Amino acid sequence: MIELISDARCVACNLCVSVCPTNVFDKVVDDVPVIARQNDCQTCFMCELYCPADAMYVAPHPDRLSNRSEAELEQAELLGGYREQVGWGPGRTPISSHEFMAQLARRFVP
Amino acid sequence: MNLHKQDSTLQLETDVLVIGGGPAGTWAALTAAAKGSKVVLADKGYCGSSGATAPSGTGVWYVEPEVKQRQEAKLSRYFMGGRLAENDWMDRVLDQTYENMNRLAGWGYSFPIDPEGNVFRQGLQGPEYMRLMRKLVKRAGVKILDHSPALELLADEHGVGGAAGVSTQGGDPWRVTAGAVVIATGGCAFLSKALGCNVLTGDGYLMAAEAGAEMSGMEFSNAYAISPTFSSVTKTAYYRYASFYYEDGSVVEGAGSTKGRSVIAKKLLENRQVYARLDQAPADLQPLLRVGQTNFFLPFDRMGINPFTDMFPVTLRLEGTVRGTGGIHIVDDTCATKVPGLYAAGDAATRELICGGFTGGGSHNAAWAMSSGSFAGEGAAAYAKSLGQHAARREVHGLSSAPIVSSRTYGSTLQKPPIAAEEYIRAVQEEVMPYDRNLFRSDEGLRDSLYRLDRVWKSIRHEPIHLDYQAVKRREAAAMTVTARWMYRSAQARTETRGMHKRIDYPDVDETQRYRLITSGLDDISVRAQRVSEEAVSL
Ligand SMILES: Cc1cc2nc3c(=O)[nH]c(=O)nc-3n(C[C@H](O)[C@H](O)[C@H](O)COP(=O)(O)OP(=O)(O)OC[C@H]3O[C@@H](n4cnc5c(N)ncnc54)[C@H](O)[C@@H]3O)c2cc1C
Repeated sequence: MIELISDARCVACNLCVSVCPTNVFDKVVDDVPVIARQNDCQTCFMCELYCPADAMYVAPHPDRLSNRSEAELEQAELLGGYREQVGWGPGRTPISSHEFMAQLARRFVP
Repeated sequence: MNLHKQDSTLQLETDVLVIGGGPAGTWAALTAAAKGSKVVLADKGYCGSSGATAPSGTGVWYVEPEVKQRQEAKLSRYFMGGRLAENDWMDRVLDQTYENMNRLAGWGYSFPIDPEGNVFRQGLQGPEYMRLMRKLVKRAGVKILDHSPALELLADEHGVGGAAGVSTQGGDPWRVTAGAVVIATGGCAFLSKALGCNVLTGDGYLMAAEAGAEMSGMEFSNAYAISPTFSSVTKTAYYRYASFYYEDGSVVEGAGSTKGRSVIAKKLLENRQVYARLDQAPADLQPLLRVGQTNFFLPFDRMGINPFTDMFPVTLRLEGTVRGTGGIHIVDDTCATKVPGLYAAGDAATRELICGGFTGGGSHNAAWAMSSGSFAGEGAAAYAKSLGQHAARREVHGLSSAPIVSSRTYGSTLQKPPIAAEEYIRAVQEEVMPYDRNLFRSDEGLRDSLYRLDRVWKSIRHEPIHLDYQAVKRREAAAMTVTARWMYRSAQARTETRGMHKRIDYPDVDETQRYRLITSGLDDISVRAQRVSEEAVSL
C-alpha cells in the first residue's frame, strides 16, 4: 500500500496522479501531490515505477502500512529501487532485453 | 430515466469507441484506426498502467508456424480445458498472436536475444509493453480518455451506439456516440487486490448484458492465485520451484502450484497456515529468475525474506474470471456479440474458444487479448463504416438497469442511498471469496449463495445512481453482484467437474455435458447449453 511521497525528493510533476490506475492521489496547487485515497491503493507499484524523482514508496502488504521512516527507506536503498531494477530512467536499459532473459527463456517454459 | 445529452460536459462523436485500455483495448484501437476509423478509447484508470497486464507482464502463446509445434501447442491445454476449445479458433489466435508479436518487435519492443542471435518472443514485460501500446495508440491518432470509467452503454432500436461515463479526476460526465463499441474492460476479480486487478469489476459484462448480450462459461470463474500473505503479487509461475510446509517445517503432502492448489486451499480452510519456499530452484537459475520477474521479488526484498532459503506464509487470492475463462459470449469471427454494434475482446470476452474451462499458467490469456482485440477492432471498424451517414443522426439513450441521474438536473434533491456501495461489495465478496463456496462448489452452497446474491441484486438494481464519484463504486457493486449470480447459476447447471469448475457433489467429468453454458438476463437469469464444434483436435 502506498506509504510515502517524499517532500524532499518530489518534483511535483504529478505523473503519479496521472498513472495511478485507482486514482489514489490528488494534485495540490503549487505543492507536491497528496495521498488522498490510500485505501483505494491496489499495491501495483506503478506509481513508483513512473516516478522520475524516486520519491515514492509502496509497502508490500496490500492492507497494512510498514511504518518505516523515510530515512530508513533511503538507507535500505528502497526509494527508486524498483525503477532501477526494471531499467527505467535516464541512462538505463529496460530489463526486457537483458541477457538473462534469453538464458531464462531457454530453460523456463511458461 | 438515464443520462441525457445536455448533462455531459464532454461530448464526442466517433466511429469506434473502445472501453478499456489494456492489451485487448489498445490492440482494438490500433486495428480500428489502421482501418481508417476515428477512434476514442476510454479507460477507468490510465491506459498504459491499468489492468492485469501492465504491472505484471505475461507469458505469451507465441508458437512458430510449424505444423508439429502448433499441434503440440493446441493439445497442451485441450484436455485440461475439458475439450471445450475449438480448433479453428486456436489456429486463428495462434496466427494473429504470431503476427502481433512480430509487429511489436518492429515497433520497438526489445525482445531478448542470445549471443547466437536467437530472438525470444514468448513473453512481455508488462510496464514496457503497455507503455509502448499507449505510445502507439496515441501515434495512431486515437483520442484517449484516462480516468474515465464508462457507466452505461447508449443505444437506439438498431443497436449499441456509444457510452457515457464520468471523469474521476474532476467529476465531469462524458458521453461518446459511436458507430460501434468494443468492450475491453477485462475480467472480474471482485476487488481482491490481486496484482493490478482492482480496476476489474465486471463492468463490461454488466453493460453488455444491459444491451442484451449473453455470457458464456461463467462457471469457469474461480481462479485463485498463490501469493505471500503479505503481498498483492499474485504471480504464480515460480511456485513450480516451491515446496510447501507447515509452520514446524514438515511437508504438506500433495500441495503444489498447479495440481496441488486444492490441497493448499483445504489446509487454509482448516485454519492451518501453509508456508512456501522456492527451494527447488537450482542456484544458477536464481539470478535469472530475479531478472525474469522483477516484481515477484519486490515484496520479499522489502520484507527482508529470501524466498529461496526462507519459508514464507502463503494464501490464495481470488482472481475470478481474470485468470478464469468465462466472459461475454461472442457470435462470430469478428468477436461480435449478439447485439448489433457491440463487440467484446480480451478477458471481457469468453476465452473458452481457445482454452476451454482452464487457462493454467498463462500465455493463452495474453494471446487471446491481443488477437481478439485485433479481430474486434477490425469488426467494429467495418460495422461503423457500414452505417455510413446514418451513424451521426442516431438518437441513443442510456441503458443502465439502475437509473443514473445527473447532479446538475437534480441538484441535491436526490437522497443519499440507504445502503453504501461498500456494503454491497462486502456482501458479494462473502459469497465469492471463500474457498468452500467458490473453489469447492456444491448444490447446497450455490443455492444458499444465490439466495443472498439475488436479494442484493433486487436491492441495488432499482436504486437511482447519483452521477458523482460514488456512481463508479455503485456500478462496480452492481456489476460484481450480477457477475457472481451468472457464475453460480451456470455452476449450478454444470453438474460435473470440468476445467477449473469443481463440484464436490459431482467430482467427475460427465461426457454428456461437453457443451458450453450460455447465461442471459439480469433479473431472471437463464442458462442454456451450446454445442461445441465437433471438429476435434487431431492427435
Ligand atoms: C498476476 C497476473 C499474471 C498474469 N500472467 C499471465 C501470463 O503469464 N500469461 C497470460 O497469458 N496471461 C496472464 N495473466 C492474464 C492477463 O493479464 C490478462 O488476460 C490480460 O491482461 C487481459 O487483457 P485485457 O486487455 O482484456 O484486460 P486488462 O489488461 O485487465 O485491462 C482492462 C482495462 O479495462 C479498464 N476498465 C475496466 N472497467 C472499465 C470501465 N467501466 N470503463 C473503462 N475502462 C474500464 C481497466 O482500467 C483496464 O485498463 C495474468 C494476470 C494476472 C493478474
